[in-house]
Amino acid sequence: MIHSLFLINCSGDIFLEKHWKSVVSQSVCDYFFEAQEKAADVENVPPVISTPHHYLISIYREKIFFVSVIQTEVPPLFVIEFLHRVADTFQDYFGECSETAIKDNVVIVYELLEEMLDNGFPLATESNILKELIKPPTILRSVVNSITGSSNMGETLPTGQLSNIPWRRAVVKYTNNEAYFDVIEEIDAIIDKSGSTVFAEIQGVIDSCIKLSGMPDLSLSFMNPRLLDDVSFHPCIRFKRWESERVLSFIPPDGNFRLLSYRVSAQNLVAIPVYVKHMISFKENSSSGRFDVTIGPKQNMGKTVEGVIVTVHMPKAVLNMNLTSTQGSYTFDPVLKVLTWDIGKITPQKLPNLKGIVNLQSGAPKPEENPSLNIQFKIQQLAISGLKVNRLDMFGEKYKPFKGVKYITKAGKFQVRT
Amino acid sequence: MTDSKYFTTTKKGEIFELKAELNSDKKEKKKEAVKKVIASMTVGKDVSALFPDVVNCMQTDNLELKKLVYLYLMNYAKSQPDMAIMAVNTFVKDCEDPNPLIRALAVRTMGCIRVDKITEYLCEPLRKCLKDEDPYVRKTAAVCVAKLHDINAQLVEDQGFLDTLKDLISDSNPMVVANAVAALSEIAESHPSSNLLDLNPQSINKLLTALNECTEWGQIFILDCLANYMPKDDREAQSICERVTPRLSHANSAVVLSAVKVLMKFMEMLSKDLDYYGTLLKKLAPPLVTLLSAEPELQYVALRNINLIVQKRPEILKHEMKVFFVKYNDPIYVKLEKLDIMIRLASQANIAQVLAELKEYATEVDVDFVRKAVRAIGRCAIKVEQSAERCVSTLLDLIQTKVNYVVQEAIVVIKDIFRKYPNKYESVIATLCENLDSLDEPEARAAMIWIVGEYAERIDNADELLESFLEGFHDESTQVQLQLLTAIVKLFLKKPTETQELVQQVLSLATQDSDNPDLRDRGYIYWRLLSTDPVAAKEVVLAEKPLISEETDLIEPTLLDELICYIGTLASVYHKPPSAFVEGSRGIVHKSLPPRTGSSESAESPDAAPSGAPPSEQPAVIPTQGDLLGDLLNLDLGPPVSGPPVATSSVQMGAVDLLGGGLDSLMGGTGFTAPSAVMPANLGPPPSGGLGDLFDLAGGVGTLSGSHVAPKTVWLPAMKAKGLEISGTFSRQVGAISMDLLLTNKALQVMSDFAIQFNRNSFGLAPAAPLQIHAPLAPNQTVEISLPLNTVGSVMKMDPLNNLQVAVKNNIDVFYFSTLYPLHILFVEDGKMERQMFLATWKDIPNENEAQFQIKDCPLSADAVSSKLQGSNIFTVAKRNVEGQDMLYQSLKLTNGIWVLAELRIQPGSPSFTLSLKCRAPEVSHYVYQAYETILKN
Repeated sequence: MIHSLFLINCSGDIFLEKHWKSVVSQSVCDYFFEAQEKAADVENVPPVISTPHHYLISIYREKIFFVSVIQTEVPPLFVIEFLHRVADTFQDYFGECSETAIKDNVVIVYELLEEMLDNGFPLATESNILKELIKPPTILRSVVNSITGSSNMGETLPTGQLSNIPWRRAVVKYTNNEAYFDVIEEIDAIIDKSGSTVFAEIQGVIDSCIKLSGMPDLSLSFMNPRLLDDVSFHPCIRFKRWESERVLSFIPPDGNFRLLSYRVSAQNLVAIPVYVKHMISFKENSSSGRFDVTIGPKQNMGKTVEGVIVTVHMPKAVLNMNLTSTQGSYTFDPVLKVLTWDIGKITPQKLPNLKGIVNLQSGAPKPEENPSLNIQFKIQQLAISGLKVNRLDMFGEKYKPFKGVKYITKAGKFQVRT
Repeated sequence: MTDSKYFTTTKKGEIFELKAELNSDKKEKKKEAVKKVIASMTVGKDVSALFPDVVNCMQTDNLELKKLVYLYLMNYAKSQPDMAIMAVNTFVKDCEDPNPLIRALAVRTMGCIRVDKITEYLCEPLRKCLKDEDPYVRKTAAVCVAKLHDINAQLVEDQGFLDTLKDLISDSNPMVVANAVAALSEIAESHPSSNLLDLNPQSINKLLTALNECTEWGQIFILDCLANYMPKDDREAQSICERVTPRLSHANSAVVLSAVKVLMKFMEMLSKDLDYYGTLLKKLAPPLVTLLSAEPELQYVALRNINLIVQKRPEILKHEMKVFFVKYNDPIYVKLEKLDIMIRLASQANIAQVLAELKEYATEVDVDFVRKAVRAIGRCAIKVEQSAERCVSTLLDLIQTKVNYVVQEAIVVIKDIFRKYPNKYESVIATLCENLDSLDEPEARAAMIWIVGEYAERIDNADELLESFLEGFHDESTQVQLQLLTAIVKLFLKKPTETQELVQQVLSLATQDSDNPDLRDRGYIYWRLLSTDPVAAKEVVLAEKPLISEETDLIEPTLLDELICYIGTLASVYHKPPSAFVEGSRGIVHKSLPPRTGSSESAESPDAAPSGAPPSEQPAVIPTQGDLLGDLLNLDLGPPVSGPPVATSSVQMGAVDLLGGGLDSLMGGTGFTAPSAVMPANLGPPPSGGLGDLFDLAGGVGTLSGSHVAPKTVWLPAMKAKGLEISGTFSRQVGAISMDLLLTNKALQVMSDFAIQFNRNSFGLAPAAPLQIHAPLAPNQTVEISLPLNTVGSVMKMDPLNNLQVAVKNNIDVFYFSTLYPLHILFVEDGKMERQMFLATWKDIPNENEAQFQIKDCPLSADAVSSKLQGSNIFTVAKRNVEGQDMLYQSLKLTNGIWVLAELRIQPGSPSFTLSLKCRAPEVSHYVYQAYETILKN
C-alpha cells in the first residue's frame, strides 16, 4: 500500500514528507527529478515511475507534485485517486491547495494525513468525517482556542464513521433548510480546419449543496432521464432504484458534493454553440505571417454566449504579434508564445474579430505546425444536452426545504484546428 | 496565526529552546512546543534529540496533544528503541480506555512503532481490540495485524492472529470486512503459499454483500480479492458479474477499473451465446470511456489498461474510436497511449477518420509524438489493406514537407509497407531516393538501404547510391553496416556485371577491416556463398521473404491473458507480469483466466495447482551449454559431431519439463489451446524421480491398438520456445517406431523451416526421415505429424536410460527439450523365445541379475494379461499353474538385441502381480517393469 508521500514544489524543493510505514529516504525523489528533467514540461512528467526498489506515483495539482512511494503491487489508480482526494481535502480545509497554505497549516496537514491513511490503507477520506475529527482552521476558532485553551481536535468518534451512510454526519441542524443543484455541462470538442466536428461530447456533472437537517431522504427525477446512459454516481445514490425507475434516490452528504457525473456522446445531441473563422498563415522567407480570427454564435438555443476567451499556442518561431481587436483585449506572452484574447460576450450583430501581423524570428524556417485555438465560453441557464430536472422530493423529515436548480454550459477542452 | 511561525528559529538554538518549552508546566505551551517539533519533523529536520521530553508529554487527557506525541513517536521510536519502551505503559492503558477513538488510536500507533520490544507488548491489546465491541476499533485492529506481520511474521502466526483476521471476513460491519480483506491481501502477497484468502461460495457471498455497503477504498480491496476467486461454473460467474456491474457507475475510477477486472476475468467463463454476455460487453464500454475524461494521470493508467482490454476483446470499444482522438494539450504520455489504441481499433469502417487524424498529428510540435503518428500511418496501411494506398499517398505528402524526422520515420514505415505488399507501391521509390541525403538516423538509413538493395533492378543508379553510403562505412552503426552489406550483395546478384568491384570492396570492408563479429561472419558467409555457388547464393540471398504479419506490437496471447488478470495494477501499466518486475517476486502466483465451462478441459483451479514456481527455479531442460553446441552443429550441418558427454539429466528433469508443460497449458492457454495439448484433468505434481507415476499420469486415456500408445503430453511449452508448442508421444506399429508430434504455433508470426535432431541416446534412436512440414505454420495453426524413427543412430548411455534429448529448429530459433520414451516401443516383433532356450537362458543368467517388482491394482486374468502384453511384443513362452497361482513365463527382445526374460506370478482374486525379470543387462529391468505397468494398466 502507500508507503510515503512527498510534496514537491515546482522549483524542486521537497517541502513536506510523510511516512506511513518505515521512513523512505528523500533521495528516492531523485528519480522523480530525473524524470521531471527529461519531461521538460511539468505537465508531461509520467505519473508512474519505477525505481530499483520503489514505484513513484505522482499527480500534479496546483503547481504541487504529490509524489507517493509504494513498494508492492498496488493499483495505481487507487493511489492516484487517493492523492487527488488529499489535494481536495487541503482545498476544502484551507480554501486553496497551495504551498503556502500547506506550510501555514503544517500540523493540521500532518494530522489529516495521519487520519486519512493508516499503514497505507485509507482510513477516513470523507470530508464530513475528517471535519469532525479535525476541525478546519478559521481565524475565529484559533482566537477562541488560544483564549480558552480548547483544542481543534474532536474528542468523540465521528458519527458517520461506521454507519452504512458514512458520508453523512448524524446530527445536522440548520435553521434554513436548503438544497441546491448545479447542472454543469462541459463541451469537449475538436473542430477541424473546415469547421466540421471531428469529435464532440458533453461531460456533465450535478454538483449539490445540501444543507438539510436530520436524515433527509431525497429523490430527484428528470424530464428526460434517457439522456443519462453513462453515469458515475456518488456512493450515496441507490443504484437499484436508478436501474429500475431512473430516479436518483439518496440520503445526501452534508454540504457540497458531486452527486453524479455523466457523459453524453451521441454526436447529434451535442450542439456546438460557437463557430470560428480563422486565417493563420506564415509567409515563406519573409519572417512574418497573417492572423485573422472571427468568432460567432451558432446553435446556442437563443442564449447569450459569454465569458469567451481564445487561447492560441503560437509556434516557437513567433516573436510577437501586432493585432487589433474589434472587441475585448488580447495579450501575447512572448516567452510561452501564448496568445490570449479575452472577448467577453458575443453579440450576433457585431462579431468579434482579431487580426493583424505575426512577426517571426528572422531567418527561422517557416513553422510547420498550425496552432490550434483553445476556446472557453459559458452559457448561463442552459444545459446544452437538454437535461432538465423534473422534481425533487424529500422524505424522512417534516420541514419544507428550499430547493433550487441552476444550469450552466461551459467549454471543456474545446479546440479548433487551423 | 499560522503554523509557519513554528519554523522560525532563535539564535539560542532551536533544540535547546524546544526542550525548555516541552518541560513547561503550562499545557498550552507544551502543546505549542510539540507542534513546533512536528513541524520540524515534516520538513525532514532531525528532532530525535527531544525524544524523552516529547514522550513525557504523552500522558495527557488532551486528545490533540496525545495524537501529536503519537505522530512523533511513530517517526522516531526506531532510532530510540530504549526510550520508546517508556511509552508502552501508556499505550497499554490507552487500549483499555472507555473512548473507542483512543483505544483505536493506541493500537494503531503501537502497530506503527517498529520496535521489537514494543511489538511484544502489542499482542495482548491487539487480541482484545480484534474482538472489541466497537467496529471502529475492530477495523483499526485488522490493519494492525498487517502491520505486525510486516514487522514480525512469525509472531503473527504463532499468536493465531491470522485466524482471527479470517473470522473478521464474516463480521457484521462492512468496513471491518473490507479492512480484514485488505489486511489479508497484503499478508498474502508476501506469503503466496499460505492459503489465507480461502474463498468459497459462502465467503464470496459475504464479500459481495459488504461490497455494497463499504467505503470506496474497501470496495477496491474486495473487488481485487474477488478477482482471485475461481467460480465453480458459469452460473456462479454470472451471478457474481451481476452483483459487480453496479460498481461500474462508481465515481472512484479505481473502483471502476477493479470491477472491470472482475468482469473481464469472469466473462471468460460465460458462453458467448448467452444474452447476458452481450449485455455485459455493452455495459463495459461507457465506464472505460468515462475514465478518459478524468485527470491526465488517471487517463494514463486507464489507457494502459484499455490497451490490454482492446487486444483481448476489441468488440467492447470498437465504436468508441473518437474518444481516443488526441487533443493538442494532452500530456505527451496520454497522447502516445491514445495513438496506440487508435491503431488497435483501426478497421476498414473507420480508417478514413483515423488517417485524417494521424495526418493532423504529423504536423504537431512534439517530435516524439509526430514520429509515432507517422509510424502509426504505416501500421494502418499494414493492418487495413484497403487503406494501404491512401496511407502511402499520405506518407508521400509527409515526405514532401521535408521535415527531417518526418521523412526518416516515413521511410522506415514505407519499407514495412513494401514487405507487406510487394510489387505494388514501388513507384514511390524515386521520391524516396530524393531524400537520401537528409537521412541521418541509423534506422532510416538502414531502411533506405534495404529498399535500394531489394529493388536494385528498378533503380538505375542503385550502385551509385550504395557506393555513396560505402564511403563512410566505418562510421555507420552496425545496423546500417549489415544492411549495406546485404544490399550490395543483392545488387551484385542482380547486376553482376557492373558491380563486381563494389561487392569486393564491401566484403573486404566487412571481413578484414571490421572488428564486429556479426558483420565479419555475415561477410564471410556471403563471400563463400558467392565464391562456391552463385546459384545457391541467389537462392539464399534473394529468397522470397515471408510477409510481415498484420498486427505489430501485439502482446503475446499467453501474456495477455495473464495481464488481463492484473488489470488495474502496476503490471497492467508496465504490460509485464508482476514476476518480471516486482521486488521479491518469489511469491508471485501466476494468474490465469478461468476456462470456459462446458469444455472438456480441466476445470481445475490454477490457483490450487502448484503453479507458483517461478521459471528460475525450474531446472533447465537441457543441462549444459556444451550439448547445445553439439546439437546445434548437428542440426545445421548434418553429420553428427561428437559432442562432449551429456551431463546427467535426471528423471526429475523430464518430470519437471512435463509438469511445466502441462501446467503451462493449463494456466496460460486454458480455454484456447488445442485439446490435444491438454493434460488429463487429474494431473498432480509427479514426485521427483517417479517415472512410473509419470506414465500413470500420461496413460489416462490411451487406446490399445498395436503397441500401447500414451496420450500426447506437452514436451515443449510455448512459453519456452517463442510460441512454438510441441506435444507428442511415441508409438510402435508393425515394427516401425514413430514419434507422433503435434506442433502448435502460438506466436504471432508464421513459422517455417522446421527441422529436428536427437542427441545421442541409449538405444540409438534417430529420426528416419527429416521433419516433413511442407506449408509454413500460420499463427494459431496446429499441425500433426508422425516422425518415423530408427535405432541406428549413435549410442550413448543416458541417465535415465530412456531419456531423449531433442532439438527442434524453425525459422525463429532452435529449441531444446528432453522427454522420456516408454521402453516398449523398443520391444521387437521377433521377441518370442523357444521354451528350451528360455529355460537354459533363465538358468544361465546369474541370480544377482534378477529383479523383482510388484504390479498392484491390476484386476486382469492371466489370459487377458497375456494377450494384452502380446500386443506390445511381450510374448508368453509358457504358462503353469503352481499352488493355485498362475505363472506366466515371458520373453521380449529390445532393438539392440538384449533379451529380457520374465516370470509373472498372478494370484487369482488378488489384483497384485509379482514380476521377476532376468536380463544380462540388469539396468533395463526397471524400465521394462515400467513398460509392464503402463501396458497392463491401460
